[in-house]
Amino acid sequence: MHPRIVKLLLAFAFCTGSLFPAFAQTGSTADQIAKLQAQVASAQSSADNAWMLVSSALVLMMTGPGLALFYGGLVRKKNVLATMMQSFAMMAIITVLWALVSYSLAFDSGTSFIGGLHHLFLHGVGLTPDSDYSTTLPLQTFMVYQLMFAIITPALITGAFAERMKFSAMALFLILWSICVYSPMAHMVWGKGGLLNASLGGRFPTLDFAGGTVVHVTSGVSALICALYLGKRVGYPKEAMPPHSVVLSVIGACLLWVGWFGFNAGSALSSGTLATSAFVNTHFGAAGAALSWMLAEWIRNGKPSALGGISGAVAGLVAITPAAGFVQPMSAIIIGLLAGVFCYFMVIKVKNWFGYDDSLDAFGVHGAGGTLGAILTGLFASSSINPIFKDANGNPLPSGAVDGNWHQVLNQFVGIALAWIISIVGTLVLLKLVDLTVGLRVPRDHEVEGLDLTQHGEEGYDFAS
Amino acid sequence: MQKIEAVIQPSKLDAVKDALLEVGIEGMTILEARGHGRQKGHTEFYRGREYTVDLLPKIKLEMVVPDELVEKAVQAILSSARSGKIGDGKIFISKIDEAIRIRNDERGPSAL
Repeated sequence: MHPRIVKLLLAFAFCTGSLFPAFAQTGSTADQIAKLQAQVASAQSSADNAWMLVSSALVLMMTGPGLALFYGGLVRKKNVLATMMQSFAMMAIITVLWALVSYSLAFDSGTSFIGGLHHLFLHGVGLTPDSDYSTTLPLQTFMVYQLMFAIITPALITGAFAERMKFSAMALFLILWSICVYSPMAHMVWGKGGLLNASLGGRFPTLDFAGGTVVHVTSGVSALICALYLGKRVGYPKEAMPPHSVVLSVIGACLLWVGWFGFNAGSALSSGTLATSAFVNTHFGAAGAALSWMLAEWIRNGKPSALGGISGAVAGLVAITPAAGFVQPMSAIIIGLLAGVFCYFMVIKVKNWFGYDDSLDAFGVHGAGGTLGAILTGLFASSSINPIFKDANGNPLPSGAVDGNWHQVLNQFVGIALAWIISIVGTLVLLKLVDLTVGLRVPRDHEVEGLDLTQHGEEGYDFAS
Repeated sequence: MQKIEAVIQPSKLDAVKDALLEVGIEGMTILEARGHGRQKGHTEFYRGREYTVDLLPKIKLEMVVPDELVEKAVQAILSSARSGKIGDGKIFISKIDEAIRIRNDERGPSAL
């Protein structure tokens, strides 16, 4: 309700009360106003909550079936279930882990680098809002929404070690990774008291709307370390290893695209205009990158491919993720166009120069696209879309370089550098640990036979029966 | 009795089948096959990696026919399966000693 009308009503109520004390209505009028205000707040809370619950479901859909199909189609037939299973297993494993410990490590107020332990076993995570994160959402909605991010991030890494890692080693490594890399990074960027938190006054405010550094840089860079540490697949690169079904991958990528609306527009943590900005930018970024990857391929190979188109779309979605709630739609198209060409170059050229076997290009798309997107966010962030920095009187300050705030680009580099360092160090240490205890790779003959049979005792396709 | 084996382009299957029915061939077995003769394969690109596919999808037809129908059947296949381009396929003909109908132990050309 408009504050002036409220004041007027209050004044009226006061006058009637004092003029006609015998018929004093003060109590009931004030009650009615309070009741109305409560109803308005409840309506807003319901609207926000509805969108955030839908967004949570959309983000879960990105992991299963989205990522499972996208990655599953790219591997050879003998590994399709094992690859899908790695994504699916995260939906179960990380969920339990989140409730036990990692939500607290990410979002409890703790040090600048990691959250505290007050929310272990979801203690104190109830249905009333935590005003530091949102004034309208039940804290459990916020918690479950953030959980979906924690699920997809380690699942993204699985693309780097596809077709050769033991299921047990994968599970153990990603549990430890979620605790030691994801939770601290999420805390630094989004948690209370985090070093990089732009909306809660962090020391080096990094603009990361929906997880360019937290999700994509960490998973992509860790993927590169995994590919280097585990070594190449048997037969790579001499043996042909074409995707066994680009059809599955196209379906998966399109589900990722749709799910990404929950990922980015949901990161507004409300159903207002900021969600609209993020939604529009997400779509434009994806389209721009799909187009530029296809064009690059068309020029170089003479044909635009379906796999190229969907790889570009994912690259664009990755790059627009940190920028989604900060930039103008035309900036989103530019970010998309740049990301498509840049990731194409990383996947087609740079991977071959260095010779690492990043099986499904988790680094080339997520690491490279996430890093580029985080830098471009510093360039294109506009306070007209999201006035995140304010002076003491609450007036908006410039956001990114387009507003004249070139310093923000430096802040972005601090965030990116921290994400790279924590990912490299964390992944190396954890891989070594898992290597020494359970061992990382399946035996050579198991790898040749396929992980579906040797790790899970089943086959993806049995057309004879 | 003679056996005719024909390897043809998959896209020609319906035309060949119709042409054979027209000259009175009543039974045949069809196999989905992969292979190549002098025809070279093609190149596929996946994220910049190049793969040469030299075994191409083909259809293989097999039928055993009485001697007097062999030439008619061959002409029917030739006219319906030919596009004039490399990769149209081949026909092989061989003698068959015996044919037996499983249902009633009938033997010889009447079992066809």
